[in-house]
Amino acid sequence: MSDLLAILANPDFWVAVLRIATPLIFGTLGVLLCERAGVLNLGIEGIMVAGAFTGWLAVYAGAPLWAGVAVAMLAGAVCGLLHAFLTVALALSQHVAGLGITLLATSLSYYGYRVSFPKVNTPPTIQPFAPMEGLGIPVLSAQTPLTLLALLLVPAMAWLLYRTPLGLAIRMVGENPQAAESQGASVLALRTGAIVAGSALMGLAGAFLTLSAFNSFYFNMVNGRGWICVALVVFASWKPGKALLGALLFAFFDALQLRLQQAGDAALPYQLYLMLPYALSILALVLVARRAAYPQALMKPYRKGER
Amino acid sequence: MRLEKRQAVSPWALVLAPFGAIVFTLAVSSLLVLWAGAPVAPTWGHLVRGGFGSLFAWTETLTRATPLILTGLAAAVAFKARLFNIGAEGQLYAGALAAVAVGGLHGGEGFAAPDALLFALAMGAAALAGALLLLGPALMKAKLGVDEVVTTLLLNFIVLLGVSALLDGVMKDPSAMGWPQSVALKGALELSKLVEGARLHTGLPAACALSVLLWAVLKTTTFGFDVRAQGANARAAAFAGVPPIRTVVGVALLSGALAGLAGAVEVAGRTGYVTLDMSPGYGYSGIVIAMLAGLHPLGVVAAAVFVAGVLVGADTMSRAVNVPTYIADVIVASSLLSVLVATLLAQYRVKWK
Repeated sequence: MSDLLAILANPDFWVAVLRIATPLIFGTLGVLLCERAGVLNLGIEGIMVAGAFTGWLAVYAGAPLWAGVAVAMLAGAVCGLLHAFLTVALALSQHVAGLGITLLATSLSYYGYRVSFPKVNTPPTIQPFAPMEGLGIPVLSAQTPLTLLALLLVPAMAWLLYRTPLGLAIRMVGENPQAAESQGASVLALRTGAIVAGSALMGLAGAFLTLSAFNSFYFNMVNGRGWICVALVVFASWKPGKALLGALLFAFFDALQLRLQQAGDAALPYQLYLMLPYALSILALVLVARRAAYPQALMKPYRKGER
Repeated sequence: MRLEKRQAVSPWALVLAPFGAIVFTLAVSSLLVLWAGAPVAPTWGHLVRGGFGSLFAWTETLTRATPLILTGLAAAVAFKARLFNIGAEGQLYAGALAAVAVGGLHGGEGFAAPDALLFALAMGAAALAGALLLLGPALMKAKLGVDEVVTTLLLNFIVLLGVSALLDGVMKDPSAMGWPQSVALKGALELSKLVEGARLHTGLPAACALSVLLWAVLKTTTFGFDVRAQGANARAAAFAGVPPIRTVVGVALLSGALAGLAGAVEVAGRTGYVTLDMSPGYGYSGIVIAMLAGLHPLGVVAAAVFVAGVLVGADTMSRAVNVPTYIADVIVASSLLSVLVATLLAQYRVKWK
């Protein structure tokens, strides 16, 4: 117990929590936007890898860091465009299209990495974002600008969804696309736009990993974070504020399990600690499942003219 | 733009669609080969020869196809009932570990029982382990509406960590000099080889037999009908009297068991013990194979051989030319997506407003 209090009292712990939460915030907001429009985007795991790789590669080739971020978001948007083509234009199964894109984006990224760096054993590094020392706020100063962007994006997303006509149209398309179509809104355009924008955010989540949290790209970097974002969206009841809460909660337990490993005696195998975040995600899903307020048209393919 | 169902779907179009898709995939992948700076035609030549060009290549391909057939069947039967089982990877490892636990513990001698019975028990344990692993998410979906895609995916990570913990601890092979592998399966329980000097084992005909069996079950039994009905339209099926919970449970047990058996067959036929890198993503590849086969059990065998050939061929090709093996995954993923698009276009017409 005193171990636990010592961990919580250490400001480095909270710095780690914010750092771990940042890609989760971006990814969860991205999935949230897609699902609010009625589309489950299972390509997130692959898009995060693609964003991580392309952003890092751009910076390695000499581009400034923010240009690398833009490249990563562009890569995410392109993957999102493909996903939208398959699921919205062609109304294919969203599960299969998403999983196919995850596989495609991941394997393309790994292939590109191997072609670009055939003989390296340790991944080449870049100069990542620097912490925002000048801010002066205790835990936030140790973070990079991308974390600040993530935190600002949460109220921005809420404002977009709840206070703008575009947000209303997106939500309408996710609840009842037939009604939206009859009002003159183009379901195709709105869903495609939401998926492309959401996927750009997922690419940004990946870019954070290579350009801020770490300074190089390596295999298995994303390690299931994309799937956790999908779980977090359900936990967040598709609301941006709760998404932030969910991401912070998850990051809290992820940071905690690592420090508990170091603090605790070696009685429990370390793998048990590593399981904790995944098990908690499943638990969170089960707990909120009963009250889940799904966007009504989620995962239902929409074919114009069909009932 | 919108989609309009074609009045008359030519059966030829449906058969040729996958081939057209694969040609498109190869054309796109050729760009990747050029990016790597390798000549296109010789590279494909190496790949095809490596996967299908000699008896040895065929044995390697078929050896690789054996677990893929089983995970493909697992995914096919689950997806047919719209139970999206993405957890085949974890179920495979759980099955492998269960088989070794029954057939290999106690100093490699297993329990004191005649070998045939021990083999059956080991396989049964593997099937049970996989089945139980999928039962949780399936029930969560049926009773609570929790999306099974995420739960089965997250379970994969949990199971792999659990296997890693067991391999470091209770199931560790004491004679392996600290290398994290499990105790070995009793020698007499290993599957016999089909071809001298190659790795091909009797797991392959067993997997093919299971595929025929699954096809028969889906086509002729009441349970098979229930599965297909619930997959096509759950509400209509429930209205017609198909018991929803019982069907989902049955499908989950069957799918998980097949994936668990895939792990057991790998241990008994290829490796002899369990390691953490035993499966280079067989569970996930099984999903792609099931989709390529249109969820048809017999088609799964063909799709598994195709994917295995591409994977084995890519290994050979990467040794001859400077093209990374990841191109195999790119080929498989883009085959999947282009087959989906091609099959759709064979059935629907695109109308631009």
